[in-house]
Amino acid sequence: MNKVIITVVGKDTVGIIARVCTYLSEKNVNVLDISQTIVQEYFNMMMIADINQATVPFEEIYTRLEALGEEIGVKIHCQREEIFTKMHRI
Amino acid sequence: MLNLFEVIETNNMIEHERLDVRTITMGISLLDCCDSDLDTVNNKIYEKITRYARDLVSTGEAIARDFGVPIVNKRISVTPISLVGGCACKSPKDFVAIACTLDRAAHEVGVNFIGGYSALVSKGMTDADKNLILSIPQAMACTERVCSSVNVGSTKTGLNMDAVRLMGEMVLDTAKATKDQDSLGCAKLVVFCNAPDDNPFMAGAFHGVTEADAIINVGVSGPGVVKVALEKARGENFEVLCETIKKTAFKITRVGQLVAQEASRRLGVPFGIIDLSLAPTPAVGDSVAEILEEIGLERVGAPGTTAALAMLNDQVKKGGVMASSYVGGLSGAFIPVSEDQGMIDAVTEGALSLEKLEAMTCVCSVGLDMIAIPGDTTSSTIAGIIADEAAIGMINQKTTAVRVIPVIGKTVGDTVEFGGLLGYAPVMPVNPYSCEKFVSRGGRIPAPIHSFKN
Repeated sequence: MNKVIITVVGKDTVGIIARVCTYLSEKNVNVLDISQTIVQEYFNMMMIADINQATVPFEEIYTRLEALGEEIGVKIHCQREEIFTKMHRI
Repeated sequence: MLNLFEVIETNNMIEHERLDVRTITMGISLLDCCDSDLDTVNNKIYEKITRYARDLVSTGEAIARDFGVPIVNKRISVTPISLVGGCACKSPKDFVAIACTLDRAAHEVGVNFIGGYSALVSKGMTDADKNLILSIPQAMACTERVCSSVNVGSTKTGLNMDAVRLMGEMVLDTAKATKDQDSLGCAKLVVFCNAPDDNPFMAGAFHGVTEADAIINVGVSGPGVVKVALEKARGENFEVLCETIKKTAFKITRVGQLVAQEASRRLGVPFGIIDLSLAPTPAVGDSVAEILEEIGLERVGAPGTTAALAMLNDQVKKGGVMASSYVGGLSGAFIPVSEDQGMIDAVTEGALSLEKLEAMTCVCSVGLDMIAIPGDTTSSTIAGIIADEAAIGMINQKTTAVRVIPVIGKTVGDTVEFGGLLGYAPVMPVNPYSCEKFVSRGGRIPAPIHSFKN
């Protein structure tokens, strides 16, 4: 398992999750968990995904996702999971 | 499994609270570069540094991208050059040639600073040590990225007052040699007592002789994160305050530990230590002074400042040590003046004096740091400032340091601009009374009684 965390922050609009998921499925990235909420009027979404079987390298995934975020008008980040688990789990 | 709020918290720290890894510093031993021929030494040094650190910058950038956390600086520390060049260098001019080689190597691999143009003279000076010290003004003037440090005392050895007096002169000469750049050379020169072998922070980093051939040390940061966490604890008692600082320090340090392990793995260089320091930058919201003000001081320098800083420093360490397997370096809150907007404001408003800063250095790392003083300050007064600070370190068994900048042509009321992470600083007044006779005595101040623990 090679987990990454994808986060989307921005103004809510139709089809954000759909577009992110479409891209991920094209690249054979398996989505393990999705959660979302509205914080201070901002749409916050987090996805845990496994890139072990991905058809493209991690660098390309996060570069493409960031660009996709710009197209939609939201901020999309894709980070390796360890930064979060290290910080929040002993 | 991780939840959304944990992820949001981490990303807020990075995006809004200026959480970053301040530096990945690769320590490289140059002991195997010794030779009696100066050209050979220079070639060996250049070759080894550029070979070992070839991928340091690109690896740092790749790690920053993968985890989404900024890694601000990639740097190198080397074995104290007085040891490496001792055999080949017969004059200060010879040592300057090595400084130029270090500068060239730093440019080649793309690091912004290289530390280790250093001499360890806590008890006495060899001819090589003395030549290196005498070469510092010229070395700082003709290089851009080389940082210099001199250790003039320790708890075990006492204070080498001959070296203290000499360093007073060298600080002033360095200021004169770089007067066209507002005496910037002094920002790259630190005088230590109890200097650690594994400090990743500049300008005082060097790769001690007790270290392995190469090592990765990481300095974390995050004053902004602590400040924001404390905003939520307003009006609470000290227990709550301390718990908040500890938890935050733990989180910050874990990021450093992750980055250090990853850098170590990718570069194939062993992990050394994490330096648990709260290192500010001139950016608003990245200030240790603002934390102290959040704790309850109207301005840094007010009565209570030393106590607040002592508590902050201790809690940062208590939270940080559990987050990392190896902690070292300087590890504490930094209180540089020019690199911290809150400190600059406090000095400008007259709330913070040199004497209060000295008291603050008793309870935190590291010392009188990035303080601009009038250009007409005498070398003996600077030596007196160094001696005071070194005495604090010697007696309290801690690292202390002096990085003051006598700005040639400027005086109290003027401001000096260093640029970038070094920031800007108002020139601070220095006590006008002389210590000339004291620092001219010569010899050593003996080690304190509590150093005899055997």
